[in-house]
Amino acid sequence: MPDPSFVFAQSLSGLTAAMFLFLIASGLSLIFGVLRVLNFAHGTFYMLGAYVAYQAMLWLGPGPGMFWIAALGAALTIALLGGLVERLLFRHLYGKEELYQLLFTYALGHVAKIFWGTQQKSVSRPPGLTGSFSFLGATIPQYNLFVILLGPAIALAFWFVLQRTRVGRFIRAAALDRETLGALGTNVDALYTGVFMLASFLGGLGGALVSPMRATVPGMDTEVIVEAFVVVVIGGLGSLWGTFLGALIYGQVLSFGILFFPRFSIFAVFALMAAVLIVRPWGLLGRPLR
Amino acid sequence: MMRRVPWGLIVFVAALGVPALGSRFYTFLANDVVIWTLFATSLNLLVGYTGLVSFGHAAYLGVGAYATGILMKKLGVSFLFAWPAAGVFAGACALVFGFFCVRLTRIYFAMLTLAFAQIVWAICFKWNELTGGEQGMPEIPYPDFGWIERLGARLSFFEWRTAEYYYFLTVVLVAFCLWALRRIVHSPFGRMLTTIRENAERAEFIGVNVRRYELVAFVLAGAFAGLAGGLLGIFNRGVFPDFAYWTKSSEVLIMTLLGGMSTFYGPGIGALVLILLNQQIVSYTEYWPLVLGTVLVVLLFGFPGGIAGAASALSGRLLRRTRGA
Repeated sequence: MPDPSFVFAQSLSGLTAAMFLFLIASGLSLIFGVLRVLNFAHGTFYMLGAYVAYQAMLWLGPGPGMFWIAALGAALTIALLGGLVERLLFRHLYGKEELYQLLFTYALGHVAKIFWGTQQKSVSRPPGLTGSFSFLGATIPQYNLFVILLGPAIALAFWFVLQRTRVGRFIRAAALDRETLGALGTNVDALYTGVFMLASFLGGLGGALVSPMRATVPGMDTEVIVEAFVVVVIGGLGSLWGTFLGALIYGQVLSFGILFFPRFSIFAVFALMAAVLIVRPWGLLGRPLR
Repeated sequence: MMRRVPWGLIVFVAALGVPALGSRFYTFLANDVVIWTLFATSLNLLVGYTGLVSFGHAAYLGVGAYATGILMKKLGVSFLFAWPAAGVFAGACALVFGFFCVRLTRIYFAMLTLAFAQIVWAICFKWNELTGGEQGMPEIPYPDFGWIERLGARLSFFEWRTAEYYYFLTVVLVAFCLWALRRIVHSPFGRMLTTIRENAERAEFIGVNVRRYELVAFVLAGAFAGLAGGLLGIFNRGVFPDFAYWTKSSEVLIMTLLGGMSTFYGPGIGALVLILLNQQIVSYTEYWPLVLGTVLVVLLFGFPGGIAGAASALSGRLLRRTRGA
């Protein structure tokens, strides 16, 4: 049996990874829930978020608060980009074959690589969160703790918007029945663009916030999108809390898998994904599609 | 009266003539195209003919490649047995995975094929003893061409190198596989797959066991993908976990779509165009993905039937015009 403090540290690192994944996967899940499309480009939005944050940091220079401005700016840029893409191109593929939608988002991921192409970048942690502290014998970087707290905060904000606000009611209605909502006088097109922008914002934010922890490299989009797929499939496509749960499970399975069965950790997450799809295709907390 | 042009035969003979151009590089490219044609055509049996969008077809390419590679390199089995084994192993794998996949529909089907393919990739990536793990398995031997080479040396009017002999072998084997696949899609069984694609519910009503048909199509597609994998591993001089990674699945899906899923030879055309395009563009710029993405977007909005679809629409229009005149 390994040292308990080590187990604790390991579970915390799993938790940090989980919260990052939740940031990204929640956008993916939102788009699927409302638009019924699996957005392959979401991974690219995440990657672009990291690159834009890097670029913004170069322009802004070091200074207190600059990182946060850069991160927010990056997320907003990606949201704008997502909105443009949805308005100009993606809109025309609604109602066509799913394969075309999937491939379009995949193609989009490729096109978006023009800006930073093939370079590797990294960003330093924001001042004020560079330190770390000890708890139960484990050393926790402050930045990780920030991420662990941010995840549930975003989930709660999300839940609040969806369940308690007028816009949220419209979004839920659009997910249930787009045509009736349109017939009742709601501008569904604008709503779809809004949802796409919000999801892109979350993807870009995830990328921007991950940039101080992991190097920003061109291949990060293909890796993260598969991870996000695993998370949303386990939790349930289109379900907010399902995505949260899926991210938690993914993080713990991966971090303890590496500890106990280093050779089976990757295998385990995909096996879990397959098992969920076989037993409950709509995921742990999702609802079956009609 | 116009007779039907035997396109298949013409392409086959033209393909056999490529090494006579005298450029090793052309032969290399042609070999790549021929193998990917088989891979893409096997996928089209699922996507185009049965209407099942698989996002994990690379799994069977990988299984086939590792089966042939391990048998030939580690166990010294001859190509004569090692290559069919690729089809058998990949087909068996597709049987197990397909059993679960055909129970799901649409997006869930695509996700489950993806999950299984990633499982195969994870196994290939980590099982060092069997697959060589992350490093892959280099130096897969060529099939033994000793007797042909001796014969060639004696007659002295054909002298090719091993890579060229392998190319001829690939062309013949792939032609055979394509012939078999064509027979399959034009058989009553193949027609039934198309019926299922058009309306699975009605097929069910007239007493067709839809799942069983889909499963058989899945296994056949997997087996032929495995055969393509067996050839690819030897051609590539090594087998790597990358063969089963999901980006390979999407690549082959793009080829199928680019060429046109509604025709039998469409995916082959897609493979040809995509590989030539890639080769051309990579020599100019590092932004190959950008070009690929742009091509795809244009295709999706401009030519949803792919190259073959656009070509047949064009030739149909021309034909009508000449007849009308």
